[in-house]
Amino acid sequence: MIEKILKGKSAYWIWLAFLVVFIAIGAACYVRQYLFGLALTGMSRNVSWGLYISQFTFLVGVAAGGLMLVLPYYIHDYKAFGKLTILGEFLAIAAIIMCLMFIMADLGQPLRGLNMIIHPTPNSMLFWDMVVLLGYLSLNVLCGWVILTAERKEVSPPKWIYFFVYTSIPFAVSIHTVTAMLYCGLPGRHSWLSAIIAPRFLASAFAAGPALIVLACLVMKRVAHFDAGKKALDKLSTIIMYAAIINTFFVILEFFVGYYSNVPGEVHTLQYLFFGLTEHGHVYNNLVPFMWTSVFLNFAGLGLFAYLKFKEGTDVMLGAACIMIFLALWIDKGLGFVLGGFVPTMLGDVVEYYPTANEIGITVGIWATGFFLVTILYKIAVGVEHEIE
Amino acid sequence: MSSDSCAGSIEEGDALMDNERRKFLKIAGISALAGIGAPAIAKLTTTAAYAAPQHEEAAKAAEAGAEEDAVSGKQYGMVIDMRKFIEQPELLDQAIAACALAHNVPEFPPDKQKSEIKWIWKTPFENAFTEESFTHLAKNIEEAEFPVLCNHCAHPSCVRVCPTKATFKQKDNGIVAMDYHRCIGCRFCMAACPYGARSFNWEDPRPYVKTYNPNFPTRMRGVVEKCNFCGERLALGQQPACVEACKGSGAMVFGDINDEKSEVRQVLAKEFTIQRKPSAGTKPSVFYIV
Amino acid sequence: MYNKGTIIPGLILFVLIVMSPVLYNGLKAGVVPTPEPPPGGQKQCVLPAKEMKDTHMQLLNEWRDEVLRHDDRVMVEVDGKKYRKGLQTTCMQCHTSKEKFCDSCHEYASVKPYCWDCHLTPAQAASKKETH
Repeated sequence: MIEKILKGKSAYWIWLAFLVVFIAIGAACYVRQYLFGLALTGMSRNVSWGLYISQFTFLVGVAAGGLMLVLPYYIHDYKAFGKLTILGEFLAIAAIIMCLMFIMADLGQPLRGLNMIIHPTPNSMLFWDMVVLLGYLSLNVLCGWVILTAERKEVSPPKWIYFFVYTSIPFAVSIHTVTAMLYCGLPGRHSWLSAIIAPRFLASAFAAGPALIVLACLVMKRVAHFDAGKKALDKLSTIIMYAAIINTFFVILEFFVGYYSNVPGEVHTLQYLFFGLTEHGHVYNNLVPFMWTSVFLNFAGLGLFAYLKFKEGTDVMLGAACIMIFLALWIDKGLGFVLGGFVPTMLGDVVEYYPTANEIGITVGIWATGFFLVTILYKIAVGVEHEIE
Repeated sequence: MSSDSCAGSIEEGDALMDNERRKFLKIAGISALAGIGAPAIAKLTTTAAYAAPQHEEAAKAAEAGAEEDAVSGKQYGMVIDMRKFIEQPELLDQAIAACALAHNVPEFPPDKQKSEIKWIWKTPFENAFTEESFTHLAKNIEEAEFPVLCNHCAHPSCVRVCPTKATFKQKDNGIVAMDYHRCIGCRFCMAACPYGARSFNWEDPRPYVKTYNPNFPTRMRGVVEKCNFCGERLALGQQPACVEACKGSGAMVFGDINDEKSEVRQVLAKEFTIQRKPSAGTKPSVFYIV
Repeated sequence: MYNKGTIIPGLILFVLIVMSPVLYNGLKAGVVPTPEPPPGGQKQCVLPAKEMKDTHMQLLNEWRDEVLRHDDRVMVEVDGKKYRKGLQTTCMQCHTSKEKFCDSCHEYASVKPYCWDCHLTPAQAASKKETH
């Protein structure tokens, strides 16, 4: 089936070439960082995780989002998602690979990465994160490939694959729960030390992942003659909307706990993110515009989704709604959540974080790699779809 | 006719080839996996077996040390008497400089402060003690600078999160130690430490080390470092460098806080002390007389 | 075999490319280096020379784990002489020149141990000496 990657319209090749440019830039930036050290990033002693880990956190969610296709189809027999589960699985593969790339980019000694396997440490959530990420990646590769091959041959998939399909369901929940547990078990950082972090993560994951899939379907309808079907897209929109509403509710709860209790530990981070903190006469508010953009995009996107439930809208409107929700959640989880945990510092002052150009170059390069992988994997899936029609 | 039979045989041939090729690939794949996996499994089982008495114990100790109550076994700790440091602030500067000298701690210029490495440093009261009230502070406390360092906690959160056991609690003395050879630089420990005690080598620190101590290594870039309670000096019967620098003043008293007869316990019995972030549950081993 | 004309020459070319480092040296490994003995004239080491040559990597790893991970800094006693367990504190006190001793074999064997990313050679330590 891989040969399907090698044949395509010129638009396909132009898109891939466009992505390769950014991948090459990212690779060059990474070589610079590998040779010199992470001082080439904007991270500091006080903000010791930055863009790389924030992207990793968000992308684990996107990978888990595939669950919203697999669960209805395989457990609840929702036939309309039949054509789409493979898209969820392939998106998960690309997203997990991006996650692993971001982690490797972030490590100070990447060549020692195998120490995590040679010296397994069950009390560390990072160890379990590695286990479940690699496990989920393998499951998706296996299930995606076997089922797609079976579809291509127009036979039912072998019975044994269903064991792995059903296993991937709790795995999808676990990858994002374990990632949340990286944060919510740390005693010093109050904005992370909340039981609602894992539910927040899952809710935003189940909105962001399907949003990206709906976007991909809309694009492929135009460029690849792939029709997901109105019923499937409608149902997915409903799922995205509910998940985004639940996530909004959770964030509002965070606001309540912080501002109503007025406990400094609970409120300082939110204050920094949404209104800015003043410390020794200096105002720190570099994330404020991002957070309000995220709020606006979130409600606008939700509003648009709601509108589309009552009135017949265009694909452009659906796409716009998906982009809005995706971006809103990307800011909320990536920038707001991860970066917010480092403000204030453990000594109570504020140090802000500004990514450097090199760091952004690597980040964009890895995102381009992800889009590249999604493109070629979806090309295979759609190619098989066309073959059997 | 002949072309038909040719076509037929090519198809059959293809199908045969397909099956043969499939079998070959399956066997090749499994052999490759076995070939790669066998030495790995051999290594894991033999190192586990070989290390069973020593390593497992130490590994269990490293984990258990973090979990079990530190009443048993030695736990090195420190009492910092701020009254002495407020009286003689230059003593604190000497202590900090002694640490930096003893451990080849680099000093970064003002425009590279984000890469700074600090093992022990000084900071105002409201930053050292974020859980204490700092309104209407006594004047001398408000103006004082407090030394802060790794607290070598009894229940260190940094040890709990390290994915490679590169940081671990030594069972025989309670020191939270760093193994720079194993650290992968993930900086999870830095996120976990409630006290901001850890620093990361964002770049090679050697250009910024002012003077080398020939008896101690530097660190490479890409690893996390922090105060080590001078384990290498304790082994030679010496006091930690910072304690040694303010010897005689009583500003820093170092010893086994689990030993009731130690000097540090005498001081703790006599004076009221506070600690940094007690609500974090990490049970720090550094106490402050304010 | 399909495409025999391309595959067989390609394979031969591939084997030649992969073997090029060996062919470049005329199928010989070059002269085995002899590392320079300590300039201070010391003859005794923690282990006999042959054993050291074979196992110094394992010894250093064991010392590293013992000292750093198990806090076992008990000195090693060999033939009445006591040695601290450490590359910088013990080995390099006699074998003072990294270039003439350590590097001579490592470069030959194309081994790049990262010891000296952290551990200071006597020459490096002297370059930034304490001034008071």
